[in-house]
Amino acid sequence: MREAFDVAVAGGGMVGSAIALGCAEAGARVALLDQGDIALRAARGNFGLVWSQGKGDEYPAYAAWTRASVERWGAFAVRMGEAAGAEVGLRQQGGVVFCLGEAEYEARAALVARLHNQPGGATGLRMLDRAALEELLPEAPLGPTVLGASFEPADGHVNPLMLLRGMHAAFRAAGGVHLPGGTITAIRSGPPFEIAREGGETIRAARVVIAAGLGTMRLAAMLGMEVPVRPVRGQNIVTERLPMMLRLPASALRQTVEGAVQIGVTNEEGQDAPVTSVTDLARMASRAVKVLPPLAGARMVRAWAAIRPMTPDGFPVYAQSAAHPGAFAAVCHSGVTLAAAHRGLLAPSILTGELPQIVADLGPGRFHARAA
Amino acid sequence: MSLTSVPDGSMLARPDIGTLTFSFDGAPVRARPGDTVAAALLAAGIVTTRTTPVGDRPRGPFCMMGACFDCLAVVDGVGGVQTCLTEVREGMDVQTQHGARVLHD
Repeated sequence: MREAFDVAVAGGGMVGSAIALGCAEAGARVALLDQGDIALRAARGNFGLVWSQGKGDEYPAYAAWTRASVERWGAFAVRMGEAAGAEVGLRQQGGVVFCLGEAEYEARAALVARLHNQPGGATGLRMLDRAALEELLPEAPLGPTVLGASFEPADGHVNPLMLLRGMHAAFRAAGGVHLPGGTITAIRSGPPFEIAREGGETIRAARVVIAAGLGTMRLAAMLGMEVPVRPVRGQNIVTERLPMMLRLPASALRQTVEGAVQIGVTNEEGQDAPVTSVTDLARMASRAVKVLPPLAGARMVRAWAAIRPMTPDGFPVYAQSAAHPGAFAAVCHSGVTLAAAHRGLLAPSILTGELPQIVADLGPGRFHARAA
Repeated sequence: MSLTSVPDGSMLARPDIGTLTFSFDGAPVRARPGDTVAAALLAAGIVTTRTTPVGDRPRGPFCMMGACFDCLAVVDGVGGVQTCLTEVREGMDVQTQHGARVLHD
């Protein structure tokens, strides 16, 4: 039997990898348990935004948590580059959400106003009219119906594939043990917890963190935690590499450092098959062409779908088991944005045996409270 | 070995060099009806059709089945054309694509 670890993290995607990395960097002996390439891995299909604007409308706790991560992203990216030689391509010079037509502009302006007025409101977020937008993005060939945009100077984007690779590399460099290839079949309460996997292997650890995306509900239930998660499909398009025309990421539209334009995205409830549809891709492309008309002549190189783990209200869930102290769960659909907080704030707190205070209002108890 | 050409085309030698003529970067190239542009270029010893947008590295036909996007060129003024999926025509104007292609309104 293997040695007992200080922490076992179930799930090697964006969330699990960030938590495992943070624990390993803090000196813990950490096992990162993972399925493998068969996993429905949102981490390999997502958009790569480091994004705060618009998040946490009427939920200040989520807005604050998101901002805490966005603020830490620069140092996080540097640290990964140093630890693993892994350049994750962070560009954090702001992000925009384009508004097509007056109705969109007014709705966005109202959202921006609400977010300003919330406790701890978003101070950098503001609306830009067409003239201000052209000044911000002089190289962007904006279409005539683009009336303006919201702009958040703290937002940015990253290469999500390089991020996942970088976190795994940094985790190993910090002494972490990555154990892919086996689905977890049972978890016996500890300490030490005993995690049984397909193939008969058992891993023992003083603490367990379930961060398995769509698999979180099943695994958390083994430790008495109710963490509801449902699948939501998101489709993506990527074009050939093009001359730089969009310097800042724009929600469902961004141009990578290499020049490819990535176009998103659908939110298809209850869909767990990673397949695309021409109808959806055409609608996504049509909107992108309204924003940047020259894209009409661009060639699509690939399209794909990823399956996001979504909680009932769309906000992250962080749980600690009352019945089994030392057992935690974490699930969210913004694994890229929140990676810096998962590594820098959540992981060190888990090592002390408690969730951090900043996520106190992001527990699963909120679902029962509302139902009651 | 240079990536810019096969020295004498002998590894691709064939008795019938074709009845069509198109141009690559202004120079005449012979081709057979039904050839793809990529096949005709390779047969003529031309292995570089573009340079990469980021690193300015040479690229040319590789997979010959539309998957790798390495064989892009400017064909009759249109950039980003997959030459391995494009049938050659008499008088076609094919040019090296330098970096990312420019989109026009």
